[in-house]
Amino acid sequence: MSAAAGGKSAEATIGWSRDGIAERVAQDIPNGSYVNLGIGIPELVAKYVPAGRTLVYHTENGLLGMGPSPAAGQGDPELINAGKRRVTMMPGAAFFDQATSFAMIRGGHLDLSVLGALQVAANGDLANWSTGADDAIPAVGGAMDLVAGVKRVFVMTTHVTKEGAPKLVERCTYPLTGRGVVTRVYSDLAVIDITPKGFQLVELAPGVAFDFVQERTGAPILRPA
Amino acid sequence: MIDKRFESARDAVADVPDGATVMIGGFGEAGSPIELIHALIDQGAKGLTVVSNNTGTGLVGLAALLRAGRVRKVICSFPKTAGSTVFPDLYRAGKVELELVPQGTLAERIRAGGAGIAAFYTPTAAGTPLADGKETRVFNGREHVLEHGLRADFTLIKGRIADTHGNIMFHRTARNFAPMMATAAAVTIVQAAEVVSAGELDPESIVTPGIFVDRVVHVPSPALESALNEAGASYP
Repeated sequence: MSAAAGGKSAEATIGWSRDGIAERVAQDIPNGSYVNLGIGIPELVAKYVPAGRTLVYHTENGLLGMGPSPAAGQGDPELINAGKRRVTMMPGAAFFDQATSFAMIRGGHLDLSVLGALQVAANGDLANWSTGADDAIPAVGGAMDLVAGVKRVFVMTTHVTKEGAPKLVERCTYPLTGRGVVTRVYSDLAVIDITPKGFQLVELAPGVAFDFVQERTGAPILRPA
Repeated sequence: MIDKRFESARDAVADVPDGATVMIGGFGEAGSPIELIHALIDQGAKGLTVVSNNTGTGLVGLAALLRAGRVRKVICSFPKTAGSTVFPDLYRAGKVELELVPQGTLAERIRAGGAGIAAFYTPTAAGTPLADGKETRVFNGREHVLEHGLRADFTLIKGRIADTHGNIMFHRTARNFAPMMATAAAVTIVQAAEVVSAGELDPESIVTPGIFVDRVVHVPSPALESALNEAGASYP
């Protein structure tokens, strides 16, 4: 890559920002959907819901109708989201226990889950809970339940790791969260569907060429049908 | 007359034996029964198996129980919350065993245990390392994993308000695992910020019916993990 003006690498400024990805994801969520946003980058999606649409956010620790975070130092330490951060509740909110919460998830009652990823494979396998490193403390939370139960699973991720390795791969090498569970991937470079034939391009980020994305992807990408 | 009130947290946990399995409510600090946990530390029972979603933060509550060396094994979905150092250190040193369970499977295993269901099949974790060694079966073309119900000797939970029959109402997302855990233990102990006489709660609004609850302890101003940690507290 040639260095862009200002000395920053061109790579850093190509494609969508994290907020840009979130905004792009939000466009694809229909009005009235019940949605679970994963911890981290997926939480940004809530900021970009288009005007006129109402979504109901589920947080698996026991709240439907989750609202935005309160001002710093405000809020209730026992009104939190799955990331254990304080949140608020919207009109129509409801509290429930864990068995009920995961009945919503596993029973197929949620319309959509947006999750982060370590790796997504061309067959829809997702790895997002462990790198399998020897010294890692394994922790899974609700990720395996979400991918097993929610109708559509969107993944939101940078296209490559900090080291530049593809996160969209032929086969996941990290421990799986679920097999064949991902519906669509939103990265900083492109929107890509998981199809029976593998990765299929839906849309390129502004200014990004197909070959640029393909070079940074660990499996073939089909052009739009 | 039924009156399940105990004089203190100390009295309520006095008979927890070494080697007991103890379910502890809470998701992060929300719903964590800190006063009951601290009473259990004072009581001294060791070799415990703890069933809880997390492993505590700082040096108070669940983290303090671990730090005191009382816990042999943790059954848990997410043992590395930001601010938790006690469990990771013990785990890396090989001083505590971990059974990692997906959060929904954990909730359902506890629910099943309390409902007299020995085991159930779930698609959660099929094809992942957390299904290794478990029986699987295909239903409707999809692989499911056999998971066993969980029971405990004691359950420690926190409610907002309880009555003398042990009926409980909770506070917001502090409810989380408490209703399941209340059903799954031989002895369920609730600490409640307010305790009222039977008949004062609206029966339509009771979340956990008193049949599942054995002991009620009044803890008027329960501590919160985050506030204790900000103050630099450690227990004991």
